Amino acid sequence: MKKVLSLVLALVMVLGVFAGCGNETNVDTSSKADTTSFDEVKVGFIFLHDENSTYDKNFMDAADAATKALGLKEENVKYKTNIPETSACYDAAAELADDGCDVIFADSFGHEDHIIQAAKEFPDVQFCHATGTKEHTEKLANFHNAFASIYEGRYLAGVAAGMKLNQMITDGKITAAEAKMGYVGAYPYAEVKSGYTSFYLGAKSVCPSVTMDVKFTNSWFDIAKEKEAANALISGGCVLISQHADSEGAPKACEEAKVPNVAYNLDTSGWGPNTAIISSKINWQPYFEHMIKAVAEGTKITSDFCGGLKDDVVQMTKLNTNVAAPRHTGKA
Amino acid sequence: MTNNAVKHSEPLLRVSKRAEVVWWKGWIIRGISIVLALIACAFIIVLLTGQNPIEVYGALIKGSFGSSRKVWIMLQNLAMLLCVSLAVTPAFKMRFWNIGAEGQVLMGCLATSVCMIYLGDKLPIGLLIPIMLIASVLAGVIWAVIPAIFNANWKTNETLFTLMMNYVATQLVAFCIVFWENPLGSNTVGVINSSTQGGWLPVIFGQKYLLNILVVAALTVGLYIYLKYSKQGYEISVVGESVNTAKYVGINVKKVIIRTMAISGAICGVAGLLLVSGTDHTISTTTVGGMGFTAIMVSWLAKFNPALMTLTSFLIVFLDRGASEIATAFRLNESVADILTGVILFFIIGSEFFVNYKLNLRKKHNQGNLSASAKEGK
Repeated sequence: MKKVLSLVLALVMVLGVFAGCGNETNVDTSSKADTTSFDEVKVGFIFLHDENSTYDKNFMDAADAATKALGLKEENVKYKTNIPETSACYDAAAELADDGCDVIFADSFGHEDHIIQAAKEFPDVQFCHATGTKEHTEKLANFHNAFASIYEGRYLAGVAAGMKLNQMITDGKITAAEAKMGYVGAYPYAEVKSGYTSFYLGAKSVCPSVTMDVKFTNSWFDIAKEKEAANALISGGCVLISQHADSEGAPKACEEAKVPNVAYNLDTSGWGPNTAIISSKINWQPYFEHMIKAVAEGTKITSDFCGGLKDDVVQMTKLNTNVAAPRHTGKA
Repeated sequence: MTNNAVKHSEPLLRVSKRAEVVWWKGWIIRGISIVLALIACAFIIVLLTGQNPIEVYGALIKGSFGSSRKVWIMLQNLAMLLCVSLAVTPAFKMRFWNIGAEGQVLMGCLATSVCMIYLGDKLPIGLLIPIMLIASVLAGVIWAVIPAIFNANWKTNETLFTLMMNYVATQLVAFCIVFWENPLGSNTVGVINSSTQGGWLPVIFGQKYLLNILVVAALTVGLYIYLKYSKQGYEISVVGESVNTAKYVGINVKKVIIRTMAISGAICGVAGLLLVSGTDHTISTTTVGGMGFTAIMVSWLAKFNPALMTLTSFLIVFLDRGASEIATAFRLNESVADILTGVILFFIIGSEFFVNYKLNLRKKHNQGNLSASAKEGK
């Protein structure tokens, strides 16, 4: 299910560079926002689940924020939730197009083929798809992929993890050789591999002796399996855990075992007040605003959009200083 | 027996079975229950969301009838749910609790996918469709017959057995996806043969769901006739009523159990074919989407009558489509819509109780009722 970029790490990084260039022009358009009227623009969003999934909630919050910031009429923003990666996705997209939507966005990797089918049938409607890979092979004028250089955030999260390890070494809790991290991954997929590679490199940049074990759950969302994987890593000697999976499983396991955790997609300090350090996340608001502005102004939607830290597309959540610097709360 | 003693033992409210229910009386009770359900839902809508209930009901109807596309989608969903419901019905009629339809359909999906992936571009569609049909039916039959053989020969619990087979089927599909996923590691197969459309069921009269709908309509008529007029259909009823009676009149119960489950599995296989080759053109562990379980409700609500099942599956699909329309139109969480669906179903299922039983208030001097209750009390 869901998200995912299909290229190897190197290619992801190359894309990131291209998108970096593309984004500057896209940020420029924001200055014209007040001169454009969004009264007539209709947007449709297709979500795999609803707000109970952290993955979809991240998209829904951004969609709320973007449509509100641009002042779209409420009746012109249509959400379709719990749309599976089947022909039901094509049906949902076609229904939104029938309703007069100018641009339709889908948030899950497996939606892509069904959205492409709809894009072929409705050439006057723009279709945008998160985490997909087929824009450059399909070559449709109205189908666009978008993602984020989340590895940038993962690297920073890794630096935070490495600093925590250094602190544990200094405090004599572990030796330098025992600085082993655990990573709970969803699938052995490019996006996940890129994520943990950057995370590891970030940690290594400050803590040279660090090592890392990875366990896959083979599911994007499975509370029990993620918890189980985190616990297995902890009993295997990992002293810090991070994850690329969408549930509270790993953060909660860490809180129970009193092992520091670095998370993804949302601030998890609620689940782990004594163990959550920081999270990296994707902020979709800039892309949603770009896509809506483009259809309002009749300009082109950036192809293979891939924003990073400098575009505010990749963000870090608030550092939980209680965990990051227990003896010097507030000190950087 | 003194009148006094009996009087005291009679409760204020007494439930008794209706001896003979005139058909129109039953439908009046069901109609009343729907009206009551809508009133109860109106209260929930106002209290929870502050929306105008009339507008919400408008959206509920619009979900299935708002445009010709919505009508087609509704008919397609109805056809698929009805197909799986038809599949579970013969076994249920035999009192064989097959809750493994989910897995049996999924095996049909898997067999179809294998044919599409490995033969889709190699064979002409005229040859491929019979092969896919045979493969998917065979897969469904195998998955259904395994628990039937165990039950018929060694009295294993069919409920648990068929349930567990669902998980095995899910894992088999997950295993195959590892080989088929594109790109690697993504756990997504993507649309199979999207450029060549190899192995896709043909689109007839320009409507991509029409063929599915016609196939299921034919199956419905066929199963109705089979259950009602064939000797085998009669055997199913007898085994369902009493295994001992069936043995006494010389019915081979083992054979009937296995044969009936094979029919269930075969229809599940067809459902799998229609889902993968005729609808989604892809497969995942969630392709069946819980229909194997919803079908149980559809079948029960219709008292295992295939003709009535058209109505009950329409009801479920209508509520489901309406629920998502409400969620989209009013920006409500789909859970609110699901609550409404649940309330309406509760009333409808509850009405069956009042169709079969009546409530008697304690009457002051009713000799006939009293002696009846005394008899029942013993």
